[in-house]
Amino acid sequence: MFTYVLRRILQTIPVLIGVTLLVFSLMHLIPGDPAQIMAGESAPKEQVENIRERLGLNDPYPVQYWNYISGVLQGDLGNSVRTGRDVTNEIGVRFWVTVELAFYSMILSIFLGLIAGIVSATRQYSFSDVTLMIVALFGLSMPNFWLGLMLIQWFAIGMDVPSWIPFIENTAWFKPSGWGSFEQIVLPVITLGTGGAAIIARMTRSSMLEVIDQDYIRTARAKGAKERVVVYRHALKNALIPVVTVVGLQFGALLGGTVLTETVFAINGMGKLVIDAIQARDFPIVQGTVLVAALLFVLVNLLVDITYRYLNKRIDLN
Amino acid sequence: MPNTNKSEENILEINNLQTTFFTEESEVKAVDGVSFTIPKGKTVGVVGESGSGKSITSLSILRLVDKPGKIVGGEIKFKGENLLDKSETEMRKIRGKEISMIFQEPMTSLNPTYTVGQQINEAFKIHEGLGKTSARKRSLEMLKLVGIPSPEKRIDQYPHELSGGMRQRVMIAIALACNPELLIADEPTTALDVTIQAQILELIKDLQQKLHMSVLLITHDLGVVAETCDYVAVMYCGKIVEFADVKSIFNNPQHPYTVGLLSSLPPHDRDIEGDLPVIPGAVPSPDELPVGCRFAPRCAHASDICNTLPNLVTNENGNQVRCWIYSDKWDGNPEVEVNAERTT
Ligand SMILES: Nc1ncnc2c1ncn2[C@@H]1O[C@H](COP(=O)(O)OP(=O)(O)OP(=O)(O)O)[C@@H](O)[C@H]1O
Ligand SMILES: [Mg+2]
Repeated sequence: MFTYVLRRILQTIPVLIGVTLLVFSLMHLIPGDPAQIMAGESAPKEQVENIRERLGLNDPYPVQYWNYISGVLQGDLGNSVRTGRDVTNEIGVRFWVTVELAFYSMILSIFLGLIAGIVSATRQYSFSDVTLMIVALFGLSMPNFWLGLMLIQWFAIGMDVPSWIPFIENTAWFKPSGWGSFEQIVLPVITLGTGGAAIIARMTRSSMLEVIDQDYIRTARAKGAKERVVVYRHALKNALIPVVTVVGLQFGALLGGTVLTETVFAINGMGKLVIDAIQARDFPIVQGTVLVAALLFVLVNLLVDITYRYLNKRIDLN
Repeated sequence: MPNTNKSEENILEINNLQTTFFTEESEVKAVDGVSFTIPKGKTVGVVGESGSGKSITSLSILRLVDKPGKIVGGEIKFKGENLLDKSETEMRKIRGKEISMIFQEPMTSLNPTYTVGQQINEAFKIHEGLGKTSARKRSLEMLKLVGIPSPEKRIDQYPHELSGGMRQRVMIAIALACNPELLIADEPTTALDVTIQAQILELIKDLQQKLHMSVLLITHDLGVVAETCDYVAVMYCGKIVEFADVKSIFNNPQHPYTVGLLSSLPPHDRDIEGDLPVIPGAVPSPDELPVGCRFAPRCAHASDICNTLPNLVTNENGNQVRCWIYSDKWDGNPEVEVNAERTT
């Protein structure tokens, strides 16, 4: 197991190099002169020249890449073209907001998805199974910005509750914007977590249904194991193997989703930062954010692979 | 009238067991009125072609038939008590403790995500409430008992690291962990190599004597039956057609189907000249069973009366057969000699 983890960590190195190459090329893949684009079309010549000089765009590509990489390795992602502020700092402030948002949403997805999937599978074709799977289908097909807007409408602006329902007068329970307090966290996390929960629920259900028919499940029953033990100890552990892969892939979609969610809920995270930077053509910030997001994705998938390896004993160590 | 004395001798008595699969199109009576007994300490073999209901009969005993299958009637008396009257909780205490089962597919019958040791331990945890350390000690003993070399190493391995024969030994270790009184073995050797087959059978026979168990051995290999069983039940299309001690089955088979099965067996005392005789025709599909004797369409002796279902009748030797030939009502050739093919 240890050698596997080590080997797997080493394997991420080429991936990371690829990522930096891609991020570096970002600036040059866009048609036109990057310095001109950043400065704006009507900018005076000296200002364009100034930007070009500051970003070292006059150097040959390999030199530029070398400078970029050595900067990245020292934690220097350059400076914002617009504000001149240090990109590493700009991202650092917002990084944890996005990580929190993504992390809570992921937890919600996994938690709801697993419960719904297990309930559905153990009661195949029952009322609860059919209901859950219809709900999951909705969750899956709903665009999350729309869900976010609806949630704001229902639970932040709120609806008046008919007077015959005691204790509650209005459903304005949560805050529509910002990040930090519980009232602020709930709606964005639901918005971002729903799609993943739906996918994980459907995956868990089908995986459980497949596993529950296996011979070793019959062996467990023949041993006299309780149904709860059969489902959770024997079936779930095997059923999780394909689900774990989905969770890893889901995390990529989730990171993408933070952009929309942060915009809808006016959360000052990396997603909002990158959108603002794109609109302002602030390339160093875009590059920095994409790089950090990619690192996060690689890291999460490393964890997913290790979990997968832990669950699936049949994978050969070599 | 079953007298009490008799049920003391029999560890298991199955009466008129009926297990049906309810599918959208039809009802398949996989087990259709099966009755037989397992005397204490003896081995009863169940033989019959594929699809005759052997596995479903054995799963019914532990009440482990999966949906859409359901036990719809009959009685399964284990030590005098009807298992069909027990609650699910009571059944769990019997499974793996008093009645154990091993299956045909050793490759898929063990959980791939747990070590061999963890899977044997579980039986001790469930039925004896043992902790980790004492369970492990007992599991090691079990691995030794079933003849697994270097058990200290094997106990921490995963099923995929073991060969098929080894896994079947582990299955036996799990099944016998809590010293059951009855072992049900559903084709325990079918999926294994011939040499391994013999070893596993030898092991089961050995342990049966050591642990004073009764065994229900399901197989379609008559050679296995001859070597291991005391009694034999022959099944055809969900019904028992003959039940007798092993000597009578081989020396004096009564039912034409049993005779057919035996004559398709290669003789061990002489070389084979030409093809072995086979039973003509095929097993009818479960949704178009003949109304009368299930075997009649393939039977060389079939007569008019065979369009009515014969009963399982006990003859003067105490053996049972379900065939009109042995009844007063027989309307076919009065001189019929069912055994003829075998003796000439
Ligand atoms: N899940 C199911 N749905 C419908 N019918 C079934 C199902 N399982 C078994 N049956 C029916 O039960 C009959 C008996 O099956 P069983 O597995 O007991 O046969 P068997 O004698 O053990 O055969 P084999 O030698 O192949 O193991 C089959 O012919 C089949 O029609
Ligand atoms: Mg079978």
